[in-house]
Amino acid sequence: MAKKPIGPVRRAFSPWDDPAAKPFIEFRNVTKRFGDFTAVDNLSLKIYEREFFALLGGSGCGKTTMMRMLAGFETPTEGQILLDGQDLAGVPPYKRPTNMMFQSYALFPHMNVEANIAFGLKQDGMPKAQIAERVAEMLRLTKLVPFAKRKPHQLSGGQRQRVALARSLAKRPKVLLLDEPLGALDRKLREETQFELMTLQEELKMTFLIVTHDQEEAMTVADRIAVMDAGKIIQMAPPAEIYETPNSKFVADFIGDVNLIEAKVAEKSPQGTILQAASGEFCIDTIQETPAAVGDTVWYAMRPEKIRIAHGDTPEANAVNKVGAEVWDIAYLGDISIFHSRVGEKETLRATVANITRLVERPIAWDDKVVLSWERDAGVILTA
Amino acid sequence: MSTGTQDKPRRSAGGWLLIAMPFLWLMVFFLAPFFMVFKISFSEVAVAIPPYLPTFDLSDGLAGIKDAFSTFSFDNYIWLTEDDLYWKSYLSSVKIAAVSTLITLLVGYPVAYGMARSPKAWRPTLLMLIILPFWTSFLIRVYAWIGILKNEGLLNQFLLWTGLIDQPLIILNTNLAVYIGIVYSYLPFLVLPLYASLEKLDISLLEAASDLGCPPWKAFWKITLPLSIPGVIAGSFLVFIPAVGEFVIPDLLGGSNTLMIGKTLWVEFFSNRDWPVSSAVAVILLMILVIPIVLFQNQQQKAAEKQA
Repeated sequence: MAKKPIGPVRRAFSPWDDPAAKPFIEFRNVTKRFGDFTAVDNLSLKIYEREFFALLGGSGCGKTTMMRMLAGFETPTEGQILLDGQDLAGVPPYKRPTNMMFQSYALFPHMNVEANIAFGLKQDGMPKAQIAERVAEMLRLTKLVPFAKRKPHQLSGGQRQRVALARSLAKRPKVLLLDEPLGALDRKLREETQFELMTLQEELKMTFLIVTHDQEEAMTVADRIAVMDAGKIIQMAPPAEIYETPNSKFVADFIGDVNLIEAKVAEKSPQGTILQAASGEFCIDTIQETPAAVGDTVWYAMRPEKIRIAHGDTPEANAVNKVGAEVWDIAYLGDISIFHSRVGEKETLRATVANITRLVERPIAWDDKVVLSWERDAGVILTA
Repeated sequence: MSTGTQDKPRRSAGGWLLIAMPFLWLMVFFLAPFFMVFKISFSEVAVAIPPYLPTFDLSDGLAGIKDAFSTFSFDNYIWLTEDDLYWKSYLSSVKIAAVSTLITLLVGYPVAYGMARSPKAWRPTLLMLIILPFWTSFLIRVYAWIGILKNEGLLNQFLLWTGLIDQPLIILNTNLAVYIGIVYSYLPFLVLPLYASLEKLDISLLEAASDLGCPPWKAFWKITLPLSIPGVIAGSFLVFIPAVGEFVIPDLLGGSNTLMIGKTLWVEFFSNRDWPVSSAVAVILLMILVIPIVLFQNQQQKAAEKQA
């Protein structure tokens, strides 16, 4: 018997690298002010068809305002928003080809699940038979068939979330807007739903725009992430790029865990840059070139999993970048352990180690003298 | 698993007292007077103080009470069916109250809606303005309408001045004046519960409707109105129930042909000094109001249980 395909595979997809590709959604120098407060500050952004795009940032960074302007609930103070080449200015929300899944779900409490899902289709004047067919399809897709006749207050949080999703997908919008869609779910359910969202997006071939403050969520689902702060996009790139080559201290710190080491540029050469840590305890040899001049203060951002930790007598002791340290604290998380090690008086470096064996006794314990080592390409030099 | 009976919270004496208070209140100020009226409605009129017979004579003990009971009769109720004044009054009262409630709803809904949609900072002020008329005596406010509605009143003077009419409209002492009076007096009772239910309405529901392709005016019919029905019902009851038995407004603003049960009751009680018949009128009035409301609430509860 032939093996059943398990579903479409997520293929390499990068229209943003293609200069000929036409953007599907375009923000052109968009500014939004609420009184004195600037929520979105002269921001330009291109999103491509069938992309899963994430706006990531803390509360008040302007990400939700961006989404609400695209949906039509807010009007930009300045600038233009284009969807599929059409300027959206003056188009009311009910005439836009976007649908939104609200953070609060905003399910109609006086209608049952079916009626909630059918609501948008009825507005379009779709024939009854076709509505019933589409509703049945959405119920199947979101595994809500047994709950079709229930009212929202009779559903669990996870089920409500699925109704909200089904309702926003039912009209097959050109763009689906997801406003913190999984915020109210517990961790397990959230992870499951993230993968379901990705599969749905592949199957339905739609453009998804998600707004979230959860970096893990953004990294899991999105093709590209825009990290926002104070109404501006700080960095926009695929998840791996954001994680491995953050362009600023803000992004490095916001996404994942990071060691930010203050340092001075000691030596510049075509082979790379050598930095002297501000604490004076060690040098960092990197392959990266930097615009900063010798003597300038910079930061070296290095992810904890890039640092190896070992006792002084192991081969790692011969690495290019190494520093002696003392284990200060250990956090055991099950899959990994985080070691906080003191380097000299001022500096603490974090290193994570995957627990690949079932450790009964730890090879490295509190107060142990260890050597921390890393490769020349382990981190990035940041000037801002 | 449900947590068995032993987990039921034990109420302290203070807790019981708190629960007993509203019941005691109703017993003393509603149930007891009602039973007095109920009892009088079975008596017959007499030239005496009090003006009916029999009265309970406790000096004779139980036998006296038994005696009194044996003379009770349904004559007063039968009388109500024989004279068409009464059923006409009831019918006319219900009609006037129903029409007034409908008008109050048409006037009050936009008011409540506007308040609920106004900027948050304004809302306490707007609420205050709705409540403000209560600071003046109800009677004085109804009197004031005489000055507005009479032939040479403010309204007619204004309309004559604008040239819209060339002779004064006769409004005072007609049913129209009664409608105006009831709508004016009871408007706050409708606006307040309606405002409460509209204010609770989650704006994101309207955004969701709009997002799904529903223009604002349609979203009002599909979302806002259905979700404000509890407020509409509560407000309408608060207008309809007192309006049926209203006496002051038809007496001051209505004409001689304005037939309302409150006025009929007054005439029976004070002009004819026929306490037994007026008691019977009051008992029937209560039945007319209570029975449909109880039936309605039962049906509402059943509908709610069906959903759950």
